[in-house]
Amino acid sequence: MSKFQYDVLVIGAGGAGLMAALYASKSANTAVLSKLYPTRSHTGAAQGGISAALGNHEEDHWEWHAYDTVKGSDYLGDQDAIEIMCREAIDVVIELEHMGLPFDRTPEGKIAQRPFGGHTRNYGEAPVRRACHAADRTGHMILQTLYQQCIKHNVNFFDEFQVLDLIIEDGVCKGAVAYEIDTGEIHTFHAKAVILATGGWGKCWSVTSNAFTLTGDGAAIVLRHGVPLEDMEFFQFHPTGIWKMGILITEGVRGEGGVLRNNLGERFMERYAPTLKDLASRDVVSRAIYMEIREGRGIDGKDYVYLDATHLGRERIEKKLPDIADFCRTYLGIDPAEQPMPVQPTAHYAMGGIPTDVDGRVIVDANNTPLYGLYAAGEVACVSVHGANRLGTNSLLDLVVFGRRAGIHAAAFANEIELQPIPDNADDPTRELVERVRTSDGDENVATIRAEMQKLMMDNVGVFRTEELLTDAVEKLKVLKERARHISIQDKGKRFNQDLLEAIELYNLLDLAEVTALSALNRTESRGAHSREDYPERDDENWLKHTLIYREEDGSYRFDYKPVTITKFEPKPRVY
Amino acid sequence: MAETLKIELRIKRFNPEKDEEPWWGEYEVEMGPTDRVLDALHYVKWHIDGTLTLRRSCGHGICGSDAMRINGVNRLACKVLLRDVAPVVTVEPILGLPVIKDLVVDMEPFMAQYRSVMPYFVNDEPPPPRERLQSPEERERFDDTTKCILCACCTTSCPSFWARGEYVGPAAIVQAHRFIFDSRDKAAAQRLEILNEPDGVWRCRTVYNCTNACPREIKITEAIAEVKKALLFSRL
Ligand SMILES: Cc1cc2nc3c(=O)[nH]c(=O)nc-3n(C[C@H](O)[C@H](O)[C@H](O)COP(=O)(O)OP(=O)(O)OC[C@H]3O[C@@H](n4cnc5c(N)ncnc54)[C@H](O)[C@@H]3O)c2cc1C
Ligand code: SF4
Ligand code: SF4
Ligand code: FES
Repeated sequence: MSKFQYDVLVIGAGGAGLMAALYASKSANTAVLSKLYPTRSHTGAAQGGISAALGNHEEDHWEWHAYDTVKGSDYLGDQDAIEIMCREAIDVVIELEHMGLPFDRTPEGKIAQRPFGGHTRNYGEAPVRRACHAADRTGHMILQTLYQQCIKHNVNFFDEFQVLDLIIEDGVCKGAVAYEIDTGEIHTFHAKAVILATGGWGKCWSVTSNAFTLTGDGAAIVLRHGVPLEDMEFFQFHPTGIWKMGILITEGVRGEGGVLRNNLGERFMERYAPTLKDLASRDVVSRAIYMEIREGRGIDGKDYVYLDATHLGRERIEKKLPDIADFCRTYLGIDPAEQPMPVQPTAHYAMGGIPTDVDGRVIVDANNTPLYGLYAAGEVACVSVHGANRLGTNSLLDLVVFGRRAGIHAAAFANEIELQPIPDNADDPTRELVERVRTSDGDENVATIRAEMQKLMMDNVGVFRTEELLTDAVEKLKVLKERARHISIQDKGKRFNQDLLEAIELYNLLDLAEVTALSALNRTESRGAHSREDYPERDDENWLKHTLIYREEDGSYRFDYKPVTITKFEPKPRVY
Repeated sequence: MAETLKIELRIKRFNPEKDEEPWWGEYEVEMGPTDRVLDALHYVKWHIDGTLTLRRSCGHGICGSDAMRINGVNRLACKVLLRDVAPVVTVEPILGLPVIKDLVVDMEPFMAQYRSVMPYFVNDEPPPPRERLQSPEERERFDDTTKCILCACCTTSCPSFWARGEYVGPAAIVQAHRFIFDSRDKAAAQRLEILNEPDGVWRCRTVYNCTNACPREIKITEAIAEVKKALLFSRL
């Protein structure tokens, strides 16, 4: 066991964490803790692109980008934050290029851009080329480039250190407690500021594009410390996951001209979104696929449709979408140049998360009261720029824009204050948790409970929701949580004990599943990704507001609300 | 469709907290027709023996966590369909790096070699206000080596690396190549100098194991040859 001291601690080494670390380490003594080697982070799986109104192919303006983002969010995004993101997009993408990021190029040598769902010219007229890309490996290039820069600038890394708790006292965050995976040692990291960048929690669902390690640790930890989570009912289902496996097929396929077809061969998106068709926003397309399946037009009557790229030609597919072609060959045994791909909506992205202001500071109530010393950025955070539905390519953008802002602000904060004292036994709760799990001897199995939770969330808290389904989910999750108290694990050792860590991750997933179901039950309207069949309309009068869910000491929950910031764009009906 | 696959899994196990010697764990599992080796390993871990230890994250060949020797060849467990290797599947940790536990090896020596080749963009000239221009052809020049996910499949299948752990190894050369041939970068000469050292590119005997092992289908031996050629023709 050891104690470490830093000015700024970054937890998570995906795009958001690395960008924050690069900036914080310019002026403050910074360390990055990550449960994975940084380059294993799921940012590396992002395929399609990062948006910025560079206008490299055709006229574009950041204001158009802001409008699209607001509309995509179904008017729940905070427009001040959206304006910041879309304006800084241009400069941050150029900065990535200056760091060496190998974007694809136009014939004139500029960064190449492709169309993407929901991104339009002139306030909705027609698709625009705004997604900057490096083949279908944009996230890989961002992750690699940022990590390379961290090496260049000697950033301190603690790889395979899993954070299990934060040290929060009297409204101030003073550090974190981490488990060293290799040795099983528990270490205390004492710091002036902590930036959480632990990513999403797609593993709450059975069909997901998310990594096995995306278990929402950061969000679950702060929830237990009384910090609210914002807009948890909004979880994006990406329309095109590989059937049953969930592996993502980027929207870039449709950006390049691919189309969705039902069992009649019909291009059904023409009916649901006459203007943007297959490039309508994700919630719209996912619902359309479910409607087709429900009406018996899934392929062979099953729960999938086809994504057809055969007309694009082999050369274009191999050049622009090489990894997609590889996935199809490896996992489906098909050639996308000749056969359509079987797809179904896949749990993809958390719009909700830890509430922050535009500098990444975590806030704890509707009055924007900050929790001093604590920051969040990336998918775990909710600024909120994505509102009820995120546009493709806006997450990578969110990571770098708000990762950068959080890094700058946390370092400045750290340089202003003294290190606050912490008690010697700040790691006691973590030691107790680890010992309890290590010595557990119940008769429940972690993997079984996890699989039941994932199926329940898929069936009851998926694309379409009703009061009945959600009430049932809430009740069943309670039972699963109770059963999870009676697990046992087989690995009692200290070294690389993944058995133990998977159990702790299950606790995190169960908490997040529960607040997702509760928030979804609570919101009696349909907006963006949250589609209530019993309340099919958007209800601005009652629900144009952010949900905050708090966990009380006794384990019960309480709701509060935060107004949406509206600057330029008044809510309008949303048609594509 | 509904056929199942009977698999006999043989996994090389070693937990230094308990075992003096590595041993073979044998498990019979029934898996689905499209399941991967990773699914079978998970099945064992989740339902038979929770102490089985391996790294994995993305589950679809992108993060580079789960390199292992599968039936004697280095592969990512999440990219190998069981039906292609059934019915007897032997899984061992990759060779040449210290085993931490079961299929988990110490990646630090590998990462140190990676860091040694200046694997980052260098250009100290003040950047233009917009992007540095690069033609599609210049971009294409180093495209192949940008794909590397640092999985170590190549380096740990290389006989020269097995013979001498100090050899920088194909993965680090691939990473250096990505920058040496980037028209925007200015540190090619320094990287070439590093690779010209006794444990640099010249230890490569062009055996092609690395290229065959790469899950990203990078033409590694070709990249190494290009680096050697650059060394021969640039008077350092
Ligand atoms: C398949 C796929 C494709 C996508 N494509 C696009 C796209 O084209 N464009 C776009 O804009 N967005 C895309 N997205 C979304 C976007 O990639 C993610 O939202 C984003 O990468 C999340 O980044 P992050 O930095 O927040 O977290 P991640 O990259 O997920 O990183 C999380 C980090 O936290 C660490 N961590 C987690 N828990 C702990 C803990 N307890 N202790 C210590 N460390 C911890 C992990 O080790 C990891 O380093 C895609 C997402 C997926 C899944
Ligand atoms: S080609 Fe060179 S680097 Fe690759 S395996 Fe052979 S000796 Fe090793
Ligand atoms: S070159 Fe290929 S095999 Fe080697 S580390 Fe990179 S991706 Fe893995
Ligand atoms: S789990 Fe990511 S490459 Fe296999």
